[in-house]
Amino acid sequence: MSEERRRVFISGNEATAEGGIAGGCRHFFGYPITPQNKIPEYMAEHMPEVGGVYLQAESEVAAINMVYGASAAGARVMTTSSSPGISLMQEGLSYMLGAELPAVIVNMVRGGPGLGNVAVAQSDYWLSTRGAGHGDGRCITLTPYSVQELHDFTARAFELADRYQNIVMILGDAILASMMEPCTLIPRTEMPPPDRPYAVGPHAPGSRERNIINSLWVDFDVMEAVNIRNEERYARAAAEITEWDEFGSDDPQVLLCAYGISARICEGAVMRAEEAGVRLRLLRPKTVFPFPTAPIREWSERVGAILVVELSMGQFVEDVRLAVEGRCPVDLLGRAGGNMPSVSDVLAKVRQVAAKAGV
Amino acid sequence: MPKVKVDAERCKQCMLCVEFCPRGVLKVSDETNSRGFYPVEMDDESKCTGCGVCGLVCPSVCIEVYR
Amino acid sequence: MAEAKLINPYPDALTEVEMRYCPGCTHGTAHRLVAEVIDEFGVRDRTVAVATVGCSVYAYEYFNTDSVQASHGRGPAVATAIKRVHPDAVVFTYQGDGDLASIGMAEIVHAAARGENFTVIFINNAVFGMTQGQMAPTTLVGQRTTTSPRGRSTAEAGWPIRVCELLDTLDGPAYIAREALSTPQRIRSAKRSIRRAFELQLAGEGFSIVELLSTCPTWWGMDPLGAIRHIEDTMIEHYPLRVFRDRPAGQQEEAGSDA
Repeated sequence: MSEERRRVFISGNEATAEGGIAGGCRHFFGYPITPQNKIPEYMAEHMPEVGGVYLQAESEVAAINMVYGASAAGARVMTTSSSPGISLMQEGLSYMLGAELPAVIVNMVRGGPGLGNVAVAQSDYWLSTRGAGHGDGRCITLTPYSVQELHDFTARAFELADRYQNIVMILGDAILASMMEPCTLIPRTEMPPPDRPYAVGPHAPGSRERNIINSLWVDFDVMEAVNIRNEERYARAAAEITEWDEFGSDDPQVLLCAYGISARICEGAVMRAEEAGVRLRLLRPKTVFPFPTAPIREWSERVGAILVVELSMGQFVEDVRLAVEGRCPVDLLGRAGGNMPSVSDVLAKVRQVAAKAGV
Repeated sequence: MPKVKVDAERCKQCMLCVEFCPRGVLKVSDETNSRGFYPVEMDDESKCTGCGVCGLVCPSVCIEVYR
Repeated sequence: MAEAKLINPYPDALTEVEMRYCPGCTHGTAHRLVAEVIDEFGVRDRTVAVATVGCSVYAYEYFNTDSVQASHGRGPAVATAIKRVHPDAVVFTYQGDGDLASIGMAEIVHAAARGENFTVIFINNAVFGMTQGQMAPTTLVGQRTTTSPRGRSTAEAGWPIRVCELLDTLDGPAYIAREALSTPQRIRSAKRSIRRAFELQLAGEGFSIVELLSTCPTWWGMDPLGAIRHIEDTMIEHYPLRVFRDRPAGQQEEAGSDA
């Protein structure tokens, strides 16, 4: 366990898994599904090195309920899956939000709906930011766009999960999962157990009242209080951890909005903006719940139009429109099923959007 | 002297204790508890051996047996 | 003559909260037996109860131990993780037949197959109680329920599942027993099985399950005594009472390691 930061050439899946270990995860429960299989494989291989537990569950349903149990027992715990598996986990996510338990979930998104395919997609945006099953709860959702960010965000997610006593979702995709990039690894360190006075487990007789982890609240006011506490957490998170990056012209005519792998393409478009004859800037959310509403709103008053690029038929674009509230036109370049727009496609669409907006 | 103490408020009058008592010393009372059940009470304490069967079969865990 | 002594003290491992079960429902008996065993082993502060969904959904209010409320059928997955985090905890799930044998069949089978070192208290009353008397996987052929109003027909709904026999095909479990809560003798026997199941868990022997044939007077449409007779006269015939597996302590098998 060297303190020295090691730089390695590594896949997104492996970077995610190692990020989990570096973030203090010592319990991993998973179930195989492409394109994230390298994560459980990595955990099976490396968890014993840190005295951690890897267990292959019988299903995603069981895996998420193991996450629930481990979190209730006070462990930093994580599971990873891909779209259809995350669908199956919705029940468990809802129970965790109802019981106010922290956990880290990674979704390497693939094409859908249905069994879909195993290609790149961003069509689980709603599932992540609106999902978590039934009820009012939400997942804090981080959107890395590189192997390095997969590693860093996953490691950080454990601290955030405990800080807000909430699920933190890492929203990756099939390309980020599989591609290899240089990555500087966070050193593994021994961490004290998370501070969870509410956790169940053996304790000295009389040292505390018994602890109960529960999401059944028959009393109206008690049930509402859970929802109010969660909303307060989300408000705090919005003030404290909303994060985004910007890149390009300081006086843009068109603002590009994209997260994750789509933002990589948009970076290319910004670098080649001269070809379109349009001044371009990219705003890339690193968190989509909480959502960077304020900067998008500010730009909406200064640009002719906003173009959203995402690998879905239009999910993330709705949050952008909610932020813009009609201040400028918001257009969408969306692809699905594993198809991606090229930089040239983005630039062509930029020209269209700019012309329509008269800039 | 063996003794059986029934928590009348918790008794739901299921009658399992009355049925299984080997000496038949229990009966239902004439007065209801606040839920409207007629709780079980001792009928003939002199015949009670304190065997504990009533407490064993009571699903409401509301019978104490002293021996 | 000596002062008479209380021979059945109210268990420390039960709270003072009054159980909400119907008159004559033997859930309460099962709760008491489990609580007595926890007290006898002196492990209340190490115990985590996993309550599930069904009439015993409020088990966390009744067991005076740390408790986790699990979603419907997933108790064994939740218990698996608690035990993996705290191997020194004493963990048990408390599940009905709808929870365990219907929606939770995958979780119970795999926890048993893995030999997870916790105890399952399985209440089989052959009906979904909390949701008002629907057919369960354990409902007997011909039994009337609110969703088998003409009696369970094998042509429509197949045959009842015998959980202990099914789990007995697996190498993982250390202890499998079926008992009934219908008579004083059987209740004493059930207590011995529950005690043995916890004893094997404490010895690290692996998965243990005690199925308890239990009454549901309300949804069987019987008075409490009639329900007791129904267990004796009908249920036991379909669900024979026996200890299916009792692996002696210290003989944990390494399944699959033939070398």
